[in-house]
Amino acid sequence: MKKYRILIAKPGLDGHDRGAKVVAHALRDAGFEVIYTGLRQTPEQIVKTAIQEDVDLIGLSILSGAHLQLSKKVIDLMKKEGIGHVPVFVGGIIPPDDVPKLLEIGVCRVFGPGTPLSRIVQEVKEVLEGVTSASGS
Amino acid sequence: MYDKEHLKRIEEALQQWQAQLENDLRKFPERKEKFLSSSGYEFKRCYTPLDVAGMDYLRDLNMPGEYPYTRGVQRTMYRGRLWTMRQYAGFGTAEETNKRFKYLLQQGQTGLSVAFDLPTQIGYDSDHPLAEGEVGRVGVAVDSLRDIEILFDGIPLKDVSTSMTINSTAVILLSMYAVTAQKQGAELEELRGTIQNDILKEYIARGTYIFPPEPSMKIVTDIFEFCAKHMPKWNTISISGYHIREAGANAVQELAFTFGDAIAYVEAAIKAGLDPNVFGRQLSFFFAAHNNFLEEIAKFRAARRIWAKIMKERFNVSNPEALRLRFHTQTAGSTLTAQQPLNNIVRVAIQALAAVLGGTQSLHTNSYDEALGLPTEQSVQVALRTQQIIAYESGVADIVDPLAGSFAIEALTNQIEEKVWEYLEKIDSLGGMVRAIELGYVQKEIHKSAYEQQLAIEKGEQIVVGVNAFQVSEEKPIENILKVDPTLEEKQKEALRQLKKERDNNAVANALKELKQAAQEGRNIVPYVFEAVKCYATLGEISDVLREVYGEYTESTAI
Repeated sequence: MKKYRILIAKPGLDGHDRGAKVVAHALRDAGFEVIYTGLRQTPEQIVKTAIQEDVDLIGLSILSGAHLQLSKKVIDLMKKEGIGHVPVFVGGIIPPDDVPKLLEIGVCRVFGPGTPLSRIVQEVKEVLEGVTSASGS
Repeated sequence: MYDKEHLKRIEEALQQWQAQLENDLRKFPERKEKFLSSSGYEFKRCYTPLDVAGMDYLRDLNMPGEYPYTRGVQRTMYRGRLWTMRQYAGFGTAEETNKRFKYLLQQGQTGLSVAFDLPTQIGYDSDHPLAEGEVGRVGVAVDSLRDIEILFDGIPLKDVSTSMTINSTAVILLSMYAVTAQKQGAELEELRGTIQNDILKEYIARGTYIFPPEPSMKIVTDIFEFCAKHMPKWNTISISGYHIREAGANAVQELAFTFGDAIAYVEAAIKAGLDPNVFGRQLSFFFAAHNNFLEEIAKFRAARRIWAKIMKERFNVSNPEALRLRFHTQTAGSTLTAQQPLNNIVRVAIQALAAVLGGTQSLHTNSYDEALGLPTEQSVQVALRTQQIIAYESGVADIVDPLAGSFAIEALTNQIEEKVWEYLEKIDSLGGMVRAIELGYVQKEIHKSAYEQQLAIEKGEQIVVGVNAFQVSEEKPIENILKVDPTLEEKQKEALRQLKKERDNNAVANALKELKQAAQEGRNIVPYVFEAVKCYATLGEISDVLREVYGEYTESTAI
């Protein structure tokens, strides 16, 4: 099986990265190659890293409430740079109303607080192996 | 505390009891093989005088208000005055937050606590490209003195105590607050409140740093020095375990890393020529209250004893006011669940009760909807009422340190203290806290704990009601999640443009030039920041000057 590469990124100014690091750790334990960008990455930096590292999937962690703007910026930029096909998931404090909006922007999965790691790992596998469509569920 | 003969009789009784217990256990096995505290040590089945046999009441506990302050920092504690009920609030613009403050004061809140948005915390004005989407989100947006004037409009600052959660830009916000108070006619000497100003924990847990550790420590000690002279009632720092805990640390690590930071601040201040007997009175702490009720109570009691010993034995402090650990507590945001959010009201009540039984000086109770968004007026009211019910209905505030002498509480207090000392020795052996942070040691310890806790939840070893047990199939969505007005960013930017047109730009340029020179020459920067703030230099402009002089910090991203 191909060793998939995943980028975990924290866009925006929020410094709470416990969730991002725990998810990165769990994905690594599940056999993925994981790159974590660290705090305060601009959408430009994230997309650049994704291209350089040739990743198969991007996970964005956002807790500050800026998830709609930031996700849209990242995805628009990905399209512009020719990596629009790479699926993006979002994790963090996301009000339920905003989940459909994120899916509409092109995010493939949204993981709110309390999501089991096993589910994140499972769904990431599904997305990567194309078991389900990458357009959201 | 017990004579040997008596202890021997208890020992015999215990052995007899344990022998009989074997039968019971065969018939009725216990729910788990091991019952672990959050810090990973094993709770005993029951505690007896044998567990506290080495304790000396006068040495280890003493009376409330007496060294080592295990039983509290005041002699009468809540019988004299209840803790300050301080709900953290701030969102959107200064106008909106001013309304929320007035609402909270009217509801019986006794102190203000300001949350700032991320650009304000990291030294960017609202029109900075990196601020896009973040303006007014997790706190109020502040660009200049004008915003602070609006924020406290109609609130007499000489009569309230205000806490501001601000770290890397603390010197700017403190100046803005002080200048606003002066404009209202208050004297600096009468201002009461706290700035968080704990930069070290930003590198390990919260992420709103700007400068590298060394110049950051310089700014912190500048503030100590300025306040010791001019603002004697102001708490110049709130050394925070809360964020360390929220980042995944356990109870023992929370204390150990907080005291590691505290020791670094005291050392830096002494090196700068300040007297710990004087500035030590203005140090305050900030801890989390989590779900493990008994361990949390023990943690607070242990914390007071450890700090008193650190100040006395390590820094030769003799002034009792500088030996007393005074702390604010917040219930644990990370324990709140998005699933069945009303359950959070119960979690918060248990945590708040632990803080009160642990002897906190001030308390913030979280709102039940915080795993979903910012609190609404209704949810924040329930949170405040929780404190009021504990204060006025439960009776626990009527007796000072009522759980003292409980074999379990005292044994846990001792155990936590012992483990904290082990960590502090480890930190010393690495070369102190700043070095331990630079090495990534502290961050790794915290991450390890966070991951272990999550795995325990995954495996069902740790039950979280509504999340991995007692789930409901159909969650009824919670109504009224607070939405921050999406047009506020534009309004804030417009106000900033207006300000830059109206103010005396020559005065701003001069003040910034003088600030730069003072920073370059290593002088105390506080008076210069005051002057810059007075002529409406913006937070971003002042931060940029300091960035130029001090440089910027980037973290290592190893996980």
